[in-house]
Amino acid sequence: MSRTWVDLAYLIAAVLFILGLKGLTHPRTAVRGNLIGAVGMLLAVLVTLVDQQVLGAGILGYSLVFIGMAIGAGIGAWLAITIRLESMPELVALFNGLGGAASFVVAGSYVSAMTSAEIPLDTSFATALSGLIGAVTLTGSLVAFGKLAEHPLMKTLPKITNSTVTNAIVGGVTLLLMFVCAISRSNDVFFWLLVIASLGLGYCLTVSIGGADMPVVIALLNSYSGLAAAATGFVLENNVLIISGSLVGASGLILTQIMCKAMNRSLTNVLFGTLGPTGETKDADEVYQNVKATGPDEVAMLLDVARRVVIVPGYGMAVAQAQHAVRDLANHLIAKGMEVEYGIHPVAGRMPGHMNVLLAEADIPYELLKEMDEINTSMEQTDVCLVIGANDTVNPDARQPNSAIAGMPIIDADKARTCVVIKRSLSPGFAGIPNPLFAADNSLMLFADGKQAVLDILSALKEG
Amino acid sequence: MFHAIQLLAATSAANPLIIGLTIFALAVFVGIEIITKIPPTLHTPLMSGSNAISGITIVGAVLAAGEYPGFARILGFIAIILATVNVVGGFLVTHRMLEKFKSR
Repeated sequence: MSRTWVDLAYLIAAVLFILGLKGLTHPRTAVRGNLIGAVGMLLAVLVTLVDQQVLGAGILGYSLVFIGMAIGAGIGAWLAITIRLESMPELVALFNGLGGAASFVVAGSYVSAMTSAEIPLDTSFATALSGLIGAVTLTGSLVAFGKLAEHPLMKTLPKITNSTVTNAIVGGVTLLLMFVCAISRSNDVFFWLLVIASLGLGYCLTVSIGGADMPVVIALLNSYSGLAAAATGFVLENNVLIISGSLVGASGLILTQIMCKAMNRSLTNVLFGTLGPTGETKDADEVYQNVKATGPDEVAMLLDVARRVVIVPGYGMAVAQAQHAVRDLANHLIAKGMEVEYGIHPVAGRMPGHMNVLLAEADIPYELLKEMDEINTSMEQTDVCLVIGANDTVNPDARQPNSAIAGMPIIDADKARTCVVIKRSLSPGFAGIPNPLFAADNSLMLFADGKQAVLDILSALKEG
Repeated sequence: MFHAIQLLAATSAANPLIIGLTIFALAVFVGIEIITKIPPTLHTPLMSGSNAISGITIVGAVLAAGEYPGFARILGFIAIILATVNVVGGFLVTHRMLEKFKSR
């Protein structure tokens, strides 16, 4: 196959990727979009294989390629099919890391195959970038994976006490090595030193980031895996790598921006800053003076006479695995003629869209899942707002200019006629500040495990 | 093959780096335009789907494992495994998730 045909096939693959992503703009076309993307990938791989045959890869090269693909496809398919949908965030993080690793290993292979004299300066720069971004993506994603999976190993990992200084030092060393590696025309030793330093950097950057900031970190790492692929594209002068890599890079950056906006924080603040109570923070005991506790029976009575109910899920719902119980409760209410909708905060959960996947997994139709801005317009007409395992995303303190979370957009749960908060205790959320919603005049606290509480409410409803 | 590419690059009018950068910049804008239209509901599938697309390095890995000599070939082999896990796993997991997004 001539170079021209190969490049044309790559162009078609790139167009298929773009069309595939376009399909993801609506749930109805999303499955097809994903398939189009997969077809593009298949085309790119097949063309590369045919191209290799003509150029004469030899029997050894060929068998290596196929054995590698068989092993990879086996592992990938096994992970993708056996994983429980609740564990999706950590699997996405893991795959992301492997993508980054693949990019820097390809760059390493190139470095090892070429002598320094053969590598032009611009290619050498791309090689160094690929090594840097790919390696940061790998360890960063592995740390994110460990945190999301709540792997016991995470507790034994060394903590970094002064993360800003450590990050600055490791980051500085890594950048220096990157330039040395680029200028040395991708000298073998410098390249692998750079990879080791970057692996360390990826670890340092993510290990001290708190759970609630995970959506930002995951989105950013997603962007990195794309940029690493694009850098590898510059190394190999391969357009399909450059196009796909930059598409993914852009996608991750947009998601990162959306997540930061939803927390009213800048990216630098998430990556390097610490979020803590400010001097203005009210004392928890003072805020929680008038907390009213309730039980499942009282909540069932409230729901019995309600016409419109809004359910606001948070990370606590994911932890309690309450999504199926929530669906049953919602179905019961809908069957009685009530209007039930879900209010989803953009950063609820541990990754972008976490709540949506969880609720979709419980067969809740996506039309009922409303974005924050949309649900807020109808909050005042809502009889009961059921908050399940959410805290900071419904904290009305965000409207106070001197609060630690001032300016963060929230779901206006407090504006419903009655707000029922299902939560284990009054412990603060990630922001570490008390939530006046819990003590508001129209609020009732149901202290229980999310799943059990919802089941109890449902059985009380059925009996009543 | 690499000599062929370098030869091609030397004879063509434009610098391949500039061509690459042009493609990169334009693709970033295409990406931004599309991604901003994706609803928050689909953000997780978007991440896993785009992640599968970033497994396109598999193309580079195939070149490396098929052509390069010695140690470079072993690295290419490792890269093929890593990239294939990413591609196959990524698309499959996205498919599994998207199938769950049902309408009323």
